[in-house]
Amino acid sequence: MSQPKIRIRGLKKAFGSKVVLDGIDLDIMPGTGLVVIGGSGTGKSVLIKSILGLVTPDSGLIEIDGEDVLKASPSRAKELRGQIGMLFQNGALFDSLTVWENVAFGLLAEKKIKRSAARGKAIEVLAQVGLDAGVADLAPSELSGGMQKRVALARAIASEPAIMFFDEPTTGLDPIMGAVIDELIVDCIKRLGSTSIAITHDMASAQRIADTAAMLFEGRVSWSGPAASLLTATDPVVDQFTHGRAHGPIKMALRR
Amino acid sequence: MNFLLNLVASLGAVVLGAIGLIGELAIFAFVGLSHIFRPPFYPRLILRSFMEIGYFSLPVVALTALFTGMVLALQSYTGFSRFNAESAIASIVVLSVTRELGPVLAGLMVSGRAGAAMAAELGTMRVTDQIDALTTLSTDPMKYLVAPRLLAGIIALPLLVGLADILGVMGGFLVSTQKLGFTPGTYLVSTFSHLKAEDVISGLIKAAVFGFIIALMGSFNGYRSKGGAQGVGAATTSAVVSASILILAMDYVLTQVLFVK
Repeated sequence: MSQPKIRIRGLKKAFGSKVVLDGIDLDIMPGTGLVVIGGSGTGKSVLIKSILGLVTPDSGLIEIDGEDVLKASPSRAKELRGQIGMLFQNGALFDSLTVWENVAFGLLAEKKIKRSAARGKAIEVLAQVGLDAGVADLAPSELSGGMQKRVALARAIASEPAIMFFDEPTTGLDPIMGAVIDELIVDCIKRLGSTSIAITHDMASAQRIADTAAMLFEGRVSWSGPAASLLTATDPVVDQFTHGRAHGPIKMALRR
Repeated sequence: MNFLLNLVASLGAVVLGAIGLIGELAIFAFVGLSHIFRPPFYPRLILRSFMEIGYFSLPVVALTALFTGMVLALQSYTGFSRFNAESAIASIVVLSVTRELGPVLAGLMVSGRAGAAMAAELGTMRVTDQIDALTTLSTDPMKYLVAPRLLAGIIALPLLVGLADILGVMGGFLVSTQKLGFTPGTYLVSTFSHLKAEDVISGLIKAAVFGFIIALMGSFNGYRSKGGAQGVGAATTSAVVSASILILAMDYVLTQVLFVK
């Protein structure tokens, strides 16, 4: 068995007295997609932000390609994390820049490309997410939600990352646009051979974009298995969550 | 007894919070400044910040300086004519403007204009994940967002204050010659007879410090804002309030350091 692309052991993070992650263990094999599900506030975002280095965990181990990023030197950690492309929940496009500048941002920052060639490259990447050159010079705010999501996806895949994170890629989109975005995501990760982690509340989307699924409950991975079996799993927590039942083992905290 | 303990505990919490905040601010300032000197540099962003802080503040600062010079001449005439010291008006105007009112008033105006805008922009970028997105795109947000603003503030304010000095003197000149009956020649001669280079230079040094304070408080409050629209509003308010108070406090300290020997 080959080495996992991402390996997480005993990851813990508390904000003040509120324990969000309480010992997460996860393995993500190269080229596979994992979907993380769980109620709001169960730490799904904190988990991927920890891997990205946006949140510093209290303890635990996060290995990328077998190297612990939490113990690596800052420059090495930056290098390891540099292979991650991230699609933020609301796109997080830079509103002071045009669409093409957004898409080429990472390439320019990593000096993989000259500024003069960047626009052409950005239009190429935009084409991969089904947008034509006409949008290149628009501001992100001039686009619809679905198009912003596509631009954000284009920005995330522009530097052809080996690892992709998707934070609620279909939230706020109509079901058809959601399916279109899912298809684009699957296309991209297949083409790039990327390893991916997605967070979603959308069960249809989860089954489309991932191979395996993990349920976060009370700060731990309470269940994991093939994404295809999400809706048929007998685990009471997963069953309640995937079928959206108001009653069951998950008690929704109304206050954080 | 419990009440007393609670009182002490909350007082302690406030003090600890304040000390933590000062530490955070100091680290933020140090990291931001150090990025000014380390590549990669972003000339495009420095220029953009410079336009925001400097160029677009021109009208506000110009009008403030002009009216300040005018009112200074008028007020000092009222006072000084009571003991026949009208000839000192020109010196009063030029010294007050260059040493004190130019930098302080320009600083306060720019903090209301540019400091607030900075906090609102960075705050919005924070709550919409744009700052996190920078990190995921191999860009250090301190270098990309904060350093250019600090540098632009440090450069722009002295230039604005240089202009404010000229317009302030011009305001005093206008009122004195048109309204108070001074002859233009005499007024200009007495303006420059007591003015030393250090008066102007010390004012420009103050301006550079104030420019740094405005950019620092604008970026710091914006950068760490949280909680959506309300958080951005709060960040904007604290950026302006803290910058204004710091400007007035630093003005005293700098006056002590620069003038009192």
